[in-house]
Amino acid sequence: MELFVFVIAAAMVLGGAIGVITRSNPVHAALSLVLTLFGIAVMFVSHDAQFLAAVQVIVYAGAIVVLFLFVIMLLGVDRTEDVNIEPITVQRPLALIVSVGVIGIVIAAVVSSREILGRQLGGLDQATLSGPDANIRQLAREIFGNNVFAFELTSVLLLVAVVGTVLMARRVKSTGAGK
Amino acid sequence: MLSAIQPTSSWYLILAAVLFGIGAFGVMVRRNPLVMFMCIELMLNAVNLTFVTLATALSNINGQVVVFFVMVVAAAEVVVGLGIIVAIMRRRNGITADDLSALKG
Repeated sequence: MELFVFVIAAAMVLGGAIGVITRSNPVHAALSLVLTLFGIAVMFVSHDAQFLAAVQVIVYAGAIVVLFLFVIMLLGVDRTEDVNIEPITVQRPLALIVSVGVIGIVIAAVVSSREILGRQLGGLDQATLSGPDANIRQLAREIFGNNVFAFELTSVLLLVAVVGTVLMARRVKSTGAGK
Repeated sequence: MLSAIQPTSSWYLILAAVLFGIGAFGVMVRRNPLVMFMCIELMLNAVNLTFVTLATALSNINGQVVVFFVMVVAAAEVVVGLGIIVAIMRRRNGITADDLSALKG
């Protein structure tokens, strides 16, 4: 059963990722990204991370991709990009070599440490992992306990990002003084 | 027979590595800045999957805490990045990264 879920979710993830980098229309690429994000959310659920799976769907698929689609339509860049143009001559072979090299290095690291990782998925701390909301309680204890300062800092970060973006994307009036 | 095979953590980590590689390839090859941003999201998701897998494998909830913070920072990063793209694209006609060559020597 777990194998079945893994195969389906992996197909979603990889199919969506291939779609993002091969579709010439940005709208299609954004929709392929949704497929990948849902596959990742399925994998989060199979790793007992239900809260993160919900956040993944709400924040990524619900907010970030919608933001992408808004910008695509706001700018009117939903014209098809010619994917056959290669601006630098050997760019694509070089990019292929680099990315395959990165994949190879990480896979080699995983394979060489498979004694630690090769065990069956152990699950999280079983003592506190009981009841339907165990994952949320564990996360909350960690975030609001040991990491409460970082948590508050992220709220400041979000505020700065919102104010900065409004300032940047605002249309400056041409009659403005001195500008 | 087939149901006896259980996916181990290594499977998830290798999948995350492949996803990261695809995202990196996309950033290097694609010319539309919006699609480049989407490829960066792919790479962030690959790293998130790695964190959650290791959190489960090592029975440590801190991996999931890090993923939570990564998601917040990714949301902020996308908002700022798209704001910059909107501000640039309003003044120009081109839609690819190659058209932004004002700083070329």
